[in-house]
Amino acid sequence: MPQDKPRTLFDKVWDSHVVERLPDGTCVLYIDRHLVHEVTSPQAFDGLRTAGRRVRRPEATLAVVDHNIPTSDRSQGIAEEESRIQVETLESNVAAFGVPYFPVLDPRQGIVHIVGPEQGVSLPGMTIVCGDSHTSTHGALGALAFGIGTSEVEHVLATQTLLQKPAKNMLVRVDGTLPPGCSAKDIVLAIIGRIGTAGGNGHVIEFGGETIRALDMAGRMTVCNMAIEAGARAGLIAPDETTFAYIDGRPFAPHGAAFDAAVAHWRTLPSDADAVYDRVVTLDAAEIAPMVTWGTSPEAVLPITGTVPNPADEPDEARRAQLQRMVEYMGLIPGQKLTELVVDVVFVGSCTNGRIEDIRVVAQLVQGRRVAPGVRAMVVPGSGLVKQQAEAEGLDRILRDAGFEWREAGCSMCLGMNPDKLTPGQRCASTSNRNFEGRQGPGGRTHLLSPAMAAAAAVTGHLTDVRELV
Amino acid sequence: MDAFTTLTAIAAPLPMANVDTDKIIPARFLKTIKRTGLGANLFDTLRYEADGRERPDFVLNQEPYRRAQILIAYENFGCGSSREHAPWALLDFGIRCVIAPDFADIFHNNTFKNGILPIRLPRELCDLLMQDARLGDNARLTVDLAAQVVVRPNGAKVHFEIDPFRKHLLLNGLDDIGQTLQHAAKIDSYEARQRQEKSWQPGIAI
Ligand code: SF4
Repeated sequence: MPQDKPRTLFDKVWDSHVVERLPDGTCVLYIDRHLVHEVTSPQAFDGLRTAGRRVRRPEATLAVVDHNIPTSDRSQGIAEEESRIQVETLESNVAAFGVPYFPVLDPRQGIVHIVGPEQGVSLPGMTIVCGDSHTSTHGALGALAFGIGTSEVEHVLATQTLLQKPAKNMLVRVDGTLPPGCSAKDIVLAIIGRIGTAGGNGHVIEFGGETIRALDMAGRMTVCNMAIEAGARAGLIAPDETTFAYIDGRPFAPHGAAFDAAVAHWRTLPSDADAVYDRVVTLDAAEIAPMVTWGTSPEAVLPITGTVPNPADEPDEARRAQLQRMVEYMGLIPGQKLTELVVDVVFVGSCTNGRIEDIRVVAQLVQGRRVAPGVRAMVVPGSGLVKQQAEAEGLDRILRDAGFEWREAGCSMCLGMNPDKLTPGQRCASTSNRNFEGRQGPGGRTHLLSPAMAAAAAVTGHLTDVRELV
Repeated sequence: MDAFTTLTAIAAPLPMANVDTDKIIPARFLKTIKRTGLGANLFDTLRYEADGRERPDFVLNQEPYRRAQILIAYENFGCGSSREHAPWALLDFGIRCVIAPDFADIFHNNTFKNGILPIRLPRELCDLLMQDARLGDNARLTVDLAAQVVVRPNGAKVHFEIDPFRKHLLLNGLDDIGQTLQHAAKIDSYEARQRQEKSWQPGIAI
């Protein structure tokens, strides 16, 4: 093992989880935590059953329901048949295989990537996987966390390992002071705008620099959450005092002397000062503005002060056709100001921005204001505990008084597998992470932005530069 | 998983970059608890009108491409979610091979697990194969995995690279879990070591 040469955070976590290195460089990689949800697991459990295999380490596994479930009253069960079957299938699988599980009426239930950190299940230095691409979120704690397909879910259930080759190292450094009105979401959208949706392919991105260091854990999770939208296998942020303070006291984290021993280990994880990266990208935080996507790829992003691009200006033919399609699908006119775009729906939630910190920002901005006429605005907390916390702080009242819907925890309109969907042609200001065609419902038009920008759009009824409101 | 050795089949041109997993199979079709049956909704929004009629201009609605088993596309194919429903939908439709300049990582992994061969070729070569795929009834390519070549309709051969371990699994139709379980003793001793070294790391019990 290359212990003598300086190593990155990724190298250290990787090296310490290699069970076996095969001759061609493929590694049997040990997995510390496996998060499971209802959509990508039924076929995996089925595979185990067919092969007569058991779950190797149920105590390293945690299951939740999040993608399918309604976010309105759930005491009567799930009305939609297919969603109900998928949830029931998970429930019978976790019972049969002895996997720990937060059912829908448990206050700890929520979006898998909110629940893991919140419960202290996700810890620094771990390998964490889930049948979901936004597993990259947990990298904010300094864990190597990545999404896998259902065959790999089965592989981890059966063996607690994966067959993987190491990724390349990329460092994205952000230095300087973030301007007012900007947040972690604007940072990560600016990064994706710079490197593109394939910019991180084959790499793990470590986010560093003083601007990243200054973020709280919620902001760090927002940044790592969207590493996958830059094509990266995972996002990582070195654990530090902010991380340790966040973890301390969480239910499944180590406590007392064990916590101290853990912290001593976690302090060894950050990249060595002279570690070498395959690629380095630097950003000046001072140049970041509130960002909004205009097209159907997260890289189609601009400062809110921008205008809709003209596809005719693009020299490359394939790229021009793609831009043209985006402009048409999104119902835009080249040259149009982004602030002129009238929204029908505002969605605050998802594993990108469904944490208490995000809800506080929205409540603060809309306090004493009203959702614009004709706009449907909703806040969907990332977990039942986030919801409880917000209610304890009186945020639900502020939001309801302003005209927001206040809902139960789940993925909701992030991908519209439950009843929360856009209808064709509807325009949505969304704090989620994907603006692909039809992502929030067939024909729906998504503009990705920060919680503050979503709040601003809700009260004015169009995309708005939040700096004009504060 | 079915082995992949050689395949001679119609290749369909899909000259788009960043074909995301929501395009390959939209979220509303992920509610199945099976792996099969998704082919009917492959590329659903590109393939059908809102009322369910086929869009005649979409390539897989045209002859002979309804029978295509090879797909030629552009950069970053399969970006987006980890849903294995994307390769399941391709496979269920009949696609066994996708050729593109590059693929998103998770999708790339997922194809191998389902006996689908993803081939990375430089953009210029993808452009040539894209032209071949426009030849209608003559849009036939042969993919020979053992020899690592794609044979064009004019007989010319295009070489491609592939990870040797993955090639071995695919050629023999081997599943990964069986391979990994050969290292079961190593996994046991790794776990025993971890229990000592990271005794502070708790398990999850509810
Ligand atoms: S909130 Fe959205 S991105 Fe996050 S896990 Fe749910 S569906 Fe995926």
